[in-house]
Amino acid sequence: MKTYYSPTHEYARVEGNIALIGITDYAQKALGNVVYVDMPEQGDDVTAGEDFGAVESVKAASDLIAPVSGAVIEINEQLIDNPGLVNQDADANWIIKVEMTDPSELDQLMDKAAYDAHCEAEKH
Amino acid sequence: MEEIKKTCLHDRHIALGAQMSPFGGFDMPIQYEGIIEEHTAVRTACGVFDVSHMGEVTICGADAERFVGHIFSNDVREMAVGKILYGMMLNEHGGVVDDLLVYKRGENDFFLVINAANIDKDMAWIEKCAEGFDVEIIPLSDQLGELAVQGPEAEAVMEQVLGIACRDLAFYTFKESELDGAHILVSRTGYTGEDGFEIYADHDTIRSLWDELIESGRAKPCGLGCRDTLRFEVGLPLYGDELADDITPLEAGLGIFVKLDKPEFIGREALAAQKAAGAPRKLVGLELADRAIARHGYEVVDEEGNVVGHVTTGYRGISVDKSIAAALVDARCAATGTQLSVRIRRKTFPATVTSKKFYKKSYKK
Repeated sequence: MKTYYSPTHEYARVEGNIALIGITDYAQKALGNVVYVDMPEQGDDVTAGEDFGAVESVKAASDLIAPVSGAVIEINEQLIDNPGLVNQDADANWIIKVEMTDPSELDQLMDKAAYDAHCEAEKH
Repeated sequence: MEEIKKTCLHDRHIALGAQMSPFGGFDMPIQYEGIIEEHTAVRTACGVFDVSHMGEVTICGADAERFVGHIFSNDVREMAVGKILYGMMLNEHGGVVDDLLVYKRGENDFFLVINAANIDKDMAWIEKCAEGFDVEIIPLSDQLGELAVQGPEAEAVMEQVLGIACRDLAFYTFKESELDGAHILVSRTGYTGEDGFEIYADHDTIRSLWDELIESGRAKPCGLGCRDTLRFEVGLPLYGDELADDITPLEAGLGIFVKLDKPEFIGREALAAQKAAGAPRKLVGLELADRAIARHGYEVVDEEGNVVGHVTTGYRGISVDKSIAAALVDARCAATGTQLSVRIRRKTFPATVTSKKFYKKSYKK
């Protein structure tokens, strides 16, 4: 299992051709209290670089950008009634599970060290 | 772009680790600990806000009362010294230049509190309208800071922590006093729907009052994030959302602050005509069945799918645990119970027209 990161603060935790997609701990901290997660439906297709939903904090709506392309095989239904789980543990509370159509897209994403540097740069 | 301004408490916000964001031309704290925690503190205990970004201007001189009456929708003629009135400055079309508080400090001596984002526009407007009036217009925005101490414990905090006696101060009145050699103005006003006070003073005084409040632990530092959720839940308008140059106070449901029985003020003819004909749009509350949140600018549609208006403010309520919004819609869609929908990203969510006062104010009158 390996985790990849996008510049828009989504992660893809990958095993085989399955990716669990969520937002990073850095993103949940920046958003504040999450009060709604707008998710696609099971069976929907998502495309790398395009939005597939949104995470809403009290303050604002923030688009979710798919780090990889594929079909949504599961959504995290716990987030429907309990969106605040994203604040409690953003890594454990992934948003959608995707069957990837093109795993080579992962090459465009960052590893942990590169992502941490990206966040550090964004702070300044 | 113009350089972003800082209030006299900017370093305090940074030291407290606030999340900062531009608002009305100032780098302002949006939240410290979190909007929900701060919102709840104001509803249940006491919070303190840095609202030094607000603008202030004094209007005095022989024609001051007549001039303020000319540019202000409310009626200052019977006003006693020490009283405050809320109202709007209107343009000739009845649209809102700004909404403001008018404090009467003496005969022909008024203190106006205006929105940060509108300071330049308002000052230009006031100067332009003052032609032919014997008045002095004194801008004070750069010299004064302002704190808002809000919540059910605000009175006790003001008296016990700051040593400012205020229990006898009635709602929408103010007093001026000396505090450690500095001149302060304290009013029983606010923008949260809770009891509370606003303090105007020079920067040094505001800094020391802020420090005393924070060190006491009895007033939680609160950012503009919860200021917006608090005011929205009780149906108070925000300029730029519910009010604008092309929205009239009648459309915004603020007709009681427009005194059409006054013989003269800018915008009177337009509003008298609109009142007779009926306002074409109305500000309403919307309650969504889903958890989705209707944000500012989203389209509101009727059952046939026609766009009938737009959302002005929307949140997941904090004191009211629902997805709620205010929207400016065609008057024909404004009746309570009307079924409308809001377009949120790719989907459309049903919404019911309700009162825009989602939470009851608890002022101490």
